[in-house]
Amino acid sequence: MVIHLKIWRQKNQHTKGYLESYTLNEVDAEMSFLEMLDSLNLKLAKQGERPVEFDHDCREGICGQCGVMINGIAHGPLKNTSTCQLHMRSFKDGDTIYVEPFKAKAFPVIRDLKVDRSGLDEIIAAGGYISVNTGQAPEANSILVSHEESESAFDSAACIGCGACIATCKNASAALFTSAKISQLAKLPQGQKESSKRTVDMVNRMEELDFGHCTNTEACQVECPQDISVLNIAQMNYEYNKAKLKS
Amino acid sequence: MWFIKNSITRKNLMALTGLFLCLFLVIHLLGNFQLLLPKEEARLQYNLYSDFLSNNILVKLISYGLYASILIHTLDSIYLTIKAKKAKGSSYVKDNRGRASKWYSRQMMFLGSIVFAFLVIHFKDFWFVYKFGTLPLDTNGNKDLYGLVLVSFENLWYVLLYGFAILSLGFHLLHGFFSAFRTIGLYNPKYNSIIKTVGIVFAIAITFGYFIIPFYMYLID
Repeated sequence: MVIHLKIWRQKNQHTKGYLESYTLNEVDAEMSFLEMLDSLNLKLAKQGERPVEFDHDCREGICGQCGVMINGIAHGPLKNTSTCQLHMRSFKDGDTIYVEPFKAKAFPVIRDLKVDRSGLDEIIAAGGYISVNTGQAPEANSILVSHEESESAFDSAACIGCGACIATCKNASAALFTSAKISQLAKLPQGQKESSKRTVDMVNRMEELDFGHCTNTEACQVECPQDISVLNIAQMNYEYNKAKLKS
Repeated sequence: MWFIKNSITRKNLMALTGLFLCLFLVIHLLGNFQLLLPKEEARLQYNLYSDFLSNNILVKLISYGLYASILIHTLDSIYLTIKAKKAKGSSYVKDNRGRASKWYSRQMMFLGSIVFAFLVIHFKDFWFVYKFGTLPLDTNGNKDLYGLVLVSFENLWYVLLYGFAILSLGFHLLHGFFSAFRTIGLYNPKYNSIIKTVGIVFAIAITFGYFIIPFYMYLID
């Protein structure tokens, strides 16, 4: 199939970006979206042009590295799918596809489709861990956790940190990401001990990094590759309010 | 003051003032339903009710809370909108993000601005005239606010202006009601679905209730 591409090209953070048009004539419907970009880069390399740079790693939908805006939607037209799990069969012969990087003030473009998402690591570094020294593995039944609780914590922990929620949010809010990390730990007894401090520290870090606020439009969950629930955000608010009222 | 520092606490203020205003909407609507009584009965009763409201010390105190809520809700929204604008960075050339959310959930500031502009007109035309203007007295010796309401809604454009503002308020509530509960931290899935349904019913009931009055007043005159 023939695919027309309009891809965001930007040399570095300090230069202005622009959309460049390309046409690929031999795109296979079974190619993944990233393989399609690979074939474009092969073509560009052969022509002696600078390839289009984009982030990717596992290409299995679990690492959270890939992530671009495809036709104005984070990770493209399929809901709850990462860019690497999108295939060209989702497009028609002759389609024009716009490919842009995730945009937010806290996500400066490094080059082309690559953005600096280290802000998310900084939020984790502010408290997204359990700091107590646990020593050896305890006896399995000494801390009881119900199946429902562990499943719910796992649902939150499934966040791959790709940043699609921020790219989709009209306020570039990192609430879904931060809240998933907070509630994943707050839902289990081991994490509850430090929940207040963790929540306040992570929320404050999120604020300092210039992410916007959450207005509960719920768009983030729709485009999230892992379908992380917006109720995590409500739990983050609960934990934050509780911590502030207690202090 | 811890509640000023960040956007979650800012949003708490927004949610709590919003919910207080929701409560006011119910009380105000119930009071105004007296306008739907037969004309002369409505005149005496509505004027008596208005006189009671403006002279009762408790109502007076609550009304200061009301003015404060409107101001805090408005100023907070301006603060947060400016902050969000800064966070957004540059815009997308092709933007289809709208498919993931309801239009009114993204246009709360716009809908709220319409409601605020309406409130200015509403306060100027009724509240201000009642408090500081001169109104004729009814047979009980109370200021004839009912007469003012009746005259005001003789104009079709005025009725339509009210209709438009009430519709904007309705969409504002449709998102705002459940969003307020999320903001203050209601995360239980069961209660969330209940609140969502209650919010929809509330928004429709308030919209419909407020809709009736201006159109009814227009039709009886």
